[in-house]
Amino acid sequence: MELTELLLESIGTLAVNKLRTGLAILGIVIGIGSVIALVSLGQATQQSIQNQIQSLGANLLTISPSAQQNGAVRGAIGGGTTLTLEDAKAIETSPQVTSVLNVSPEVQSRKQVTTGTNNTNTQIIGATPAYASVHKITMATGAFITQRDVDSVAKVAVIGPQVVTDLFGDGATPIGQTLRISGQTYTIAGITTSKGGSGFQNQDDIIIIPLSTAQKQLMGVDYLNSIALEAKSSDMMTQAENEVGYLLLARHKLNTPEQADFRIFSQQDILNTANATTGMFTSLLSGIAAISLLVGGIGIMNIMLVTVTERTREIGLRKALGAKKNTITTQFLAESIMLTFTGGVIGILLGILTSFIISRLLGSLFIVSPSAIALAFVVSAAIGILFGWYPARKASEMQPIEALRYE
Amino acid sequence: MPSAPSIIDVSHLRKVYRMGDIETVALQDISFTIRKGEFVAIMGPSGSGKSTLMHILGALDLPTSGTYILDGENVERLSEDDLADIRNRKIGFVFQAFNLLPRTTALKNVTLPMMYAGIPKPEREDTAKKFLELVGLGNRMYHTSNQISGGQQQRVAIARALALNPAIILADEPTGNIASAQAEEIMAIFQKLNSEGHTIVMITHEPDIAEHAKRIIHVRDGVIVDDSSGHKQRKAVLHHGTD
Repeated sequence: MELTELLLESIGTLAVNKLRTGLAILGIVIGIGSVIALVSLGQATQQSIQNQIQSLGANLLTISPSAQQNGAVRGAIGGGTTLTLEDAKAIETSPQVTSVLNVSPEVQSRKQVTTGTNNTNTQIIGATPAYASVHKITMATGAFITQRDVDSVAKVAVIGPQVVTDLFGDGATPIGQTLRISGQTYTIAGITTSKGGSGFQNQDDIIIIPLSTAQKQLMGVDYLNSIALEAKSSDMMTQAENEVGYLLLARHKLNTPEQADFRIFSQQDILNTANATTGMFTSLLSGIAAISLLVGGIGIMNIMLVTVTERTREIGLRKALGAKKNTITTQFLAESIMLTFTGGVIGILLGILTSFIISRLLGSLFIVSPSAIALAFVVSAAIGILFGWYPARKASEMQPIEALRYE
Repeated sequence: MPSAPSIIDVSHLRKVYRMGDIETVALQDISFTIRKGEFVAIMGPSGSGKSTLMHILGALDLPTSGTYILDGENVERLSEDDLADIRNRKIGFVFQAFNLLPRTTALKNVTLPMMYAGIPKPEREDTAKKFLELVGLGNRMYHTSNQISGGQQQRVAIARALALNPAIILADEPTGNIASAQAEEIMAIFQKLNSEGHTIVMITHEPDIAEHAKRIIHVRDGVIVDDSSGHKQRKAVLHHGTD
């Protein structure tokens, strides 16, 4: 008996009782569908978080002051005032540091910003021209902060598109106009292009002013809040972290890394944490979906057992006419595999549709994972074999006389 | 035809069913030979052991002891799959309840044993059509089993039994579920097949059906009480049996 013929015959048998077949595969449809949908959604979330983090700058290291050990008293994290512009310059010029491409010293603070009519509260960043390359800022119109602006302590500002919308209305280009930050008047020199970020460090809702102006005029400080570094390549991140770390330890007259009054975060660390978090959520949700797949498999087994009992006479007849044990086993296995496989295909389509609809509703990425689909195919066929085996075996072991007599 | 080769040769067949501690002897000591071209009826009241005998002759069950040679092959100690093979090649079954596949065409039903014999599909269908025409169902080939009458269903079953040109046709109460007019048609087909050389063994408890056979073996309490081929003898036994 050929395989294609066997499969065609099992389709015919299953088509006879459409309602039951439909109900039997429902569990598989829901199981496979939810695995596909959840894995796709998880991957889409992961991808969009990755994109967002990478948009903050490639190969980015951030140095920030950490809690300072002062005798037995430990200060607040990030509250330190130990990073200075001299530290940044030293990193840039030291011959020990070979793996760093750009150094961006930064101060930042939230301030109230007004025009004549509108006002908003936003992040003010004091920066040098290096900020643009380190943080991958590109200009929509106008120019970024120049070295001359920094040298002359100029009152100029580069603003993000969100700030433009908040203060001047959607689509305005207020180059040359002024705004007031804490009562000081700044002239708008440029507008950055949108990065589409949201929530966590929105790169569109910032105002960048020269570092010197921020330190001396606006905030009245002489330290830095952070120094952002761009490593020459992603392979050199660790090297850069070490070089800069030891340089700063020496400059701050500290002996061991444990005493450090600063911390270095790499973009990769943040990315890894985010990946681990979303990955955990994805596997957790897929795990729950997999349980529904298991329940679906048990449903298939139940239906197959009922089918075998119902068709006892047919099995007896087939055996009387010459069907061997394996032929009967294969016949019923083919039916259960056909059931789960059909359920799998419908489930995959349903899962893709669901993740498409959700991505549309949330405005997020739409990703269909080919590996999840391949896995779903294999898993649904495997469930057919696994849960169809016992009923098929039971059918094949029936004695022809008993089976023929069965009413 | 005393010189014809023997198709069925059983000697000292014994079948004991064991349920817990209780033993039931279904067949005590059965010996007979059926030769090619015979038309034999095995008769007996219910509980006589004739169904057990039919199951053993049909290779559906094995005897407890004794030998059974079917068309030159020793059957009594074969594995389940070898028995399936013997049934497939050597025996054409006709059951009381027809036992056709439900919601399946007559044609498909007749091809079933050929499918298990590994015959390619086109050849199967040609053979099936030929035998359906032989039993007078040339115009009902694509009717499903629930669309035709009992007599027609039994004719499909006969076509199915003939499909692989078996050594014997084994019919178990073939007219038991059929109206008497149609039963006559079925018996006419059997007689025609027998006249063409087919060996037929039929189990029945109805004397007027058994009359169509050339030889009648009477079974009672697991032993053969009479085995007669003469017409007159048979009449006498029938009288005796119905007393």
